[in-house]
Amino acid sequence: MQTNLIDAIKDTAEGREADAILRTCVHCGFCTATCPTYQLLGDELDGPRGRIYLIKQMLEGQPVSEKTQLHLDRCLTCRSCETTCPSGVKYHRLLDIGRKFLNERVPRPLGQRVVRGLLQEALPRPWIFRPAVAAGQMLRPLLPQALADKVPTAAPGQSQGWPEKSAHPRRMLALAGCVQPGLAPNTNAATARLLDRLGITLFEAPEAGCCGALRFHLDAQEAALADMRRNVDAWWPHVESTQGPGVEAIVMTASGCGAHVKEYGLLLRHDPAYAAKAERISALTKDVSEILAAEAERLKPLLAAKAHPPLKLAFHSPCTLQHGQKIKGVVEELLSAAGCELAPVADPHLCCGSAGTYSILQPDLSRQLRDNKLAALSAGAPKLIVTANIGCQTHLQSGSALPVRHWVEIIEERI
Amino acid sequence: MAFVNDVRFAADKRAILARLRAVLPPGALLADEEELRPYECDGLTAYRALPLLVALPQTEAEVQAVLRACHDLKVPVVPRGAATGLSGGAMPHEDGVVLSLARFRKILRIDPLARTAIVQPGVRNLAVSEAAAPFGLYYAPDPSSQIACTIGGNVAENSGGVHCLKYGLTVHNVLKVRGFTVEGEAVEFGAAGLDAAGLDLLAVINGSEGLLAVITEVTVKLTPKPELAQVVLAYFDDVQKAGNAVADVIAAGIIPGGLEMMDKPATHAVEPYVKAGYDLEAEAVLLCESDGTPAEVAEEIERMKAVLEKSGATSLVVSRDEAERLRFWAGRKAAFPAVGRITPDYLCMDGTIPRKRLAEMLEAIADLSAKYGLRCANVFHAGDGNLHPLIMYDANQPGELERATAFGAEILELSVRLGGTVTGEHGVGVEKIDVMAAQFTAAEIEAFHRLKAAFDEKGLLNPGKGVPTLARCREYLQTRAGIAPSSVSSDAAPRF
Ligand SMILES: Cc1cc2nc3c(=O)[nH]c(=O)nc-3n(C[C@H](O)[C@H](O)[C@H](O)COP(=O)(O)OP(=O)(O)OC[C@H]3O[C@@H](n4cnc5c(N)ncnc54)[C@H](O)[C@@H]3O)c2cc1C
Ligand code: SF4
Ligand code: SF4
Repeated sequence: MQTNLIDAIKDTAEGREADAILRTCVHCGFCTATCPTYQLLGDELDGPRGRIYLIKQMLEGQPVSEKTQLHLDRCLTCRSCETTCPSGVKYHRLLDIGRKFLNERVPRPLGQRVVRGLLQEALPRPWIFRPAVAAGQMLRPLLPQALADKVPTAAPGQSQGWPEKSAHPRRMLALAGCVQPGLAPNTNAATARLLDRLGITLFEAPEAGCCGALRFHLDAQEAALADMRRNVDAWWPHVESTQGPGVEAIVMTASGCGAHVKEYGLLLRHDPAYAAKAERISALTKDVSEILAAEAERLKPLLAAKAHPPLKLAFHSPCTLQHGQKIKGVVEELLSAAGCELAPVADPHLCCGSAGTYSILQPDLSRQLRDNKLAALSAGAPKLIVTANIGCQTHLQSGSALPVRHWVEIIEERI
Repeated sequence: MAFVNDVRFAADKRAILARLRAVLPPGALLADEEELRPYECDGLTAYRALPLLVALPQTEAEVQAVLRACHDLKVPVVPRGAATGLSGGAMPHEDGVVLSLARFRKILRIDPLARTAIVQPGVRNLAVSEAAAPFGLYYAPDPSSQIACTIGGNVAENSGGVHCLKYGLTVHNVLKVRGFTVEGEAVEFGAAGLDAAGLDLLAVINGSEGLLAVITEVTVKLTPKPELAQVVLAYFDDVQKAGNAVADVIAAGIIPGGLEMMDKPATHAVEPYVKAGYDLEAEAVLLCESDGTPAEVAEEIERMKAVLEKSGATSLVVSRDEAERLRFWAGRKAAFPAVGRITPDYLCMDGTIPRKRLAEMLEAIADLSAKYGLRCANVFHAGDGNLHPLIMYDANQPGELERATAFGAEILELSVRLGGTVTGEHGVGVEKIDVMAAQFTAAEIEAFHRLKAAFDEKGLLNPGKGVPTLARCREYLQTRAGIAPSSVSSDAAPRF
């Protein structure tokens, strides 16, 4: 598409990036077909092609208002459009640049600023978030629906704990994450037990924290960069270890974090102190499904050693796994190899509506997407729903009588 | 490049806004420039116009009310589906309202026994086939844009696709169309059965480019899925040989399920996206499909291979399974936007010529490409003789669009000289409005105007598109003949 960006942005690094992205879009409209919000709302402005156009106008110096903000806010950042786009448009990068530019020009009303501020501060901090979940459970009847839905109904799943002493020469780091330890402590523990059986020691670096994705998508890109630098610092001594070889990989059990950490290299590329390290961190980062797929041969005998009752389950592939990290069919294959039967799921490319804090900030759309997704997931009468990201897990659980778990727990139970 | 619409109206934005506010629910009307801009063009971004308003109705009653209001106030209306059109058909009118049918996305009924589906106009083409799949049926016309384009748009453009060589265009697969005239009067074309009483006007609404009525419901035919389909990829070291091979296949009495061609620039653009495993050394590839019972397919594939080999194919690959077949086609279907990877902008041409002239046309395109200094990728519905040269240009470079447009006009004029037409399936829209004068005589153009007037006396539906005013024709012909356009009074010509 033709572009004519204003001087204020044209010659900046972000301006050049945005211009290059805009120029790859040929306005064919294919992406509208798989965009969850366009499917629900049927307005060009709520689809990727229209959002790209809104951002283009803004960067070309046209007046912007809360109208553009509304349509950009409604974007889930699910990146389904990127999977569909034959021209290779890096939509999410354009959106990040567009949102930042917009925030500098269109201030949010006080109410929105307060909610966003609270989310930014509370979610990434387990010491606030965990007691908040407990308090939320007590106060659930008093909370507005959008928030009440977000508070998990049950106490966090019971964790059987990490392996007692695991001291294999092969070592991998895990990210504890911010909300996961409070809501689903068994996910990382199960991964650690599973990897231990495969001869790999998994450990967490206590200094690491939130991956930065939450703040990055809440108008706080600078604060997010600080989160990222802190994690790079926390992990670096284990990557470049002075005692023996560094870790083989940094394992992500929440695909949302994985998609973000895999972009550290890109997001910190203009920071001379961190660029090289961040790139190395991103290269080492793997979703737990990638690790297990690489160890498939060693996993097989472990699975074969135990008899498995048949189990029918439905897998929801998070957007951050299938669109963000472009990992497709890998989890499904692992589950099938573990003797699970996968129920067919219609429109598997569509977002469940969780999308980080979207379920709190856009409750109506989020609920519609969740209900559609749950209908698709339960159509094949599964006993259980599994997914690969903590956000999707709690969001789906909030509307489902079926248990929703991380798929890795199922594999771990079967060895 | 500005398209100068020579049919203008004196519209009062405030008056029409007030009328439409009264008949549409909240969130169904856009009026600020910020919100209108993203509606200013369709898949042909070179032509743009800012509408007065965009209406997003959800029911037939709302459509009717919008049309009545616009008709009363003499405000033009431009219907819009998914805006994947490549001729500017859904480009807004600066004095008018864009009427989006995107919210009409229900599949109302599938009748597996009668093999029909009743769908709303905003349903995506592919969604019809997906919904019919559990019954072993599909909707045959499959434009490459089928993932996104709507059935309403397909009817309005009489769209074609890969399978149309064997199964017909949209017009051959639609039984009945319901809609509203610009006065808000309900109209029906065709019938649920094959033959209806009265004049058969189905062919009139198919390909009407939003000029005659707003389509609000379509009954389509569904086709049983063949037991088996396989595609042969035939590679050539010369595009003209590939062009001749197309004519050879048809001359041998074979009607392939699909017969398509891509040249080297096109395969290079799509391979990174689809990873189909195309041979990137070859100058051209033909995709030739056979469908039917396994025995029929096996026999036909052998015949196809024999013909293609004789025509000089350097290698032949047959799809081994359904997944591979779909991957081979995915490359063809994504070809246009994939070209966006190698160029910021392109113009997609749409001429149709007799198949035996394909090689000649390809040679001429190569020469024109050198003359204008612009690259061109070729993607053809070869079996139909329908050409889609993609002329690559950079809209940010002054003058390039004009060069690309002149290049395109030469291709279309050559199409007519070779015994073909200026449009195969993308419609005339604004893009080909001037070259219509190269194709039709003034008397023929006048006949089109009379048909239009029978449906839309005031000329309010999609004005200035599809059929040029006679003044516009004269101007074009004079310019091409090297005569400075005279100041013809446009009042002398019929307007719509
Ligand atoms: C990448 C790409 C590939 C393509 N491949 C093909 C192909 O293989 N074959 C092919 O034929 N076309 C192809 N096209 C062109 C385009 O997709 C078709 O013309 C399609 O039918 C347009 O549908 P739409 O819903 O996008 O309509 P729009 O672009 O929104 O509108 C097209 C025209 O139809 C009118 N219209 C739309 N809806 C209605 C309605 N409900 N009532 C009355 N009028 C209406 C509009 O006014 C306009 O004149 C391609 C386009 C792209 C971008
Ligand atoms: S699919 Fe890609 S090129 Fe086409 S409109 Fe969407 S982003 Fe642009
Ligand atoms: S990221 Fe998702 S919601 Fe946002 S435009 Fe793309 S497909 Fe639509």
